[in-house]
Amino acid sequence: MNELLSQIDWDAMIISIQETLFMTFFSLLVAVILGFGLGIILYVTKDDGLFPNKIINRILDFIVNLLRAVPFIILIFILLPVTTFLVGTMLGAKAALPALIISSAPFYARMCMIALSEVDKGTIEASKAMGASNMQIITKVLIPEAKPALISSMTVMGISLVGYTAVAGCIGAGGLGNLAYMYGFARQNMTVMYTATFFVLIIVFVIQGIGDYIVKRIDKR
Amino acid sequence: MIELRHITKIFHTNKGDIEACRDVNLTIRDGEIFGVIGYSGAGKSTLVRIINQLEKQTSGEVIIDDENISKLSADQLRQKRTKIGMIFQHFNLLWSRTVQKNIELPLEIAGVSKEQRQQKAKELIELVGLQGRENAYPSELSGGQKQRVGIARALANDPTILLCDEATSALDPDTTEQILELLMKINKQLGITIVMITHQMEVVQKICHRIAVMSEGQVVEEASVKNIFEHPIHDITKRFVRDLSSKVDDSQHNETLKKIYPNGILLRLTFDEDISRQPIVSKVMKQSDLDISIVSGNLTNTIDSSFGVLIVNVLGGHQKEYDEIIKVFEDYQVIVEVI
Repeated sequence: MNELLSQIDWDAMIISIQETLFMTFFSLLVAVILGFGLGIILYVTKDDGLFPNKIINRILDFIVNLLRAVPFIILIFILLPVTTFLVGTMLGAKAALPALIISSAPFYARMCMIALSEVDKGTIEASKAMGASNMQIITKVLIPEAKPALISSMTVMGISLVGYTAVAGCIGAGGLGNLAYMYGFARQNMTVMYTATFFVLIIVFVIQGIGDYIVKRIDKR
Repeated sequence: MIELRHITKIFHTNKGDIEACRDVNLTIRDGEIFGVIGYSGAGKSTLVRIINQLEKQTSGEVIIDDENISKLSADQLRQKRTKIGMIFQHFNLLWSRTVQKNIELPLEIAGVSKEQRQQKAKELIELVGLQGRENAYPSELSGGQKQRVGIARALANDPTILLCDEATSALDPDTTEQILELLMKINKQLGITIVMITHQMEVVQKICHRIAVMSEGQVVEEASVKNIFEHPIHDITKRFVRDLSSKVDDSQHNETLKKIYPNGILLRLTFDEDISRQPIVSKVMKQSDLDISIVSGNLTNTIDSSFGVLIVNVLGGHQKEYDEIIKVFEDYQVIVEVI
């Protein structure tokens, strides 16, 4: 066992874990903010929405679908010039952020739209009957009522982001994926590969656990 | 006073136009409980939503207290809506808020300060009888309690009008009764005008002062409850009145019968399927010297059987003879009940 573990460069492992966490949570944060805004706009501009606007709705809908349709690994390559311009390099954890954010924000926007659409139409009607303005309906009714779905979408997205960071890692973005590929697979060091996978799993379980806990706490249905 | 003048509402759908309301004219007086009854699809839900402009009429005018609300700006309309409460069949409470916070919602919307909101919510909780449940979430309440929250919420901004859209349709008969009593209490205490939309005749019969009967988007009859029950004119109205009479609660019905037939004894004879086709009454009449007069009778068909109930008035004898005739009926396996 000790012999096996001694094959691992722990400093590199710890740096990789940090990189994976950084990539996952930073892009999660930005994607949630962007996606949430986009999702609300998509929802309210629907034909039967609070601010119906066909043009905005169709354009955003198209962009969201388009970005979600491009496979992540191809998106990384397409974005290379943008990444180099923004981050100054195409290697390392930071370089993975634009692709991670651009692929996950539309995904969260779609999830938000679904979450908001599932809010009982009756409560919206009731708040209109109380004299609520559209902004009041969004802030006092729609968002609070959709909160558990919004949080569990975040969990789902957080987990898929961990997966994406590993993909990005394989082409030079650092993190556990990079470690597993470069040191584990390429150099045939199975111990490193399995250990890296083990930490990826831990991160996934923790994200799932936190998400489930919060949803359980706030869901009073 | 609510005046609806020549209200027509047309919904444009893929399958063609649907005329939900056709030239509806109604005047609802201050402080009355006004019922609008009709089968589903009659246009009554659309009509009630036109009163607070959740639906805009295609043509016609809505005038509330001499103010033409179809002409209000969006802001003025929101202001006006705070004075028109509404309750719903499925309550439409926010599950994410407690009872207290649900009741505070319309006050938050109207921009009332926190202390005033809490004070008002407390009063309303007492009014609707939900003390002790302030911090419960809707999912922890029964249907009747949810509707109480709905009523309290609708009353939060001291409205002058309360619209009830099938408010008791999702409740069991006992709970319906309690909610109706609460509505009557509110009507008396606060002098609020109540507009009740329902398909349940027993609801309008119990609490409404006046009724409009709707069918296919039109008001086919409008009158006081007494007139509707005594002289229904339109076929739809007759159907509603008839539906109700078959649902009348037994004990009340028995009392009425006893008043109408004070002489002799009244018997409720139940014939189950095995004997319902035999000429039992005629046989009993031949065996007895007593007079039998038939009061009412009906045959009820269930999925797989049928049974008949006959109410007869037996006259012209004494207790001993009455006991005998009961015995004779029982010999024919009729279930006899003395009313």
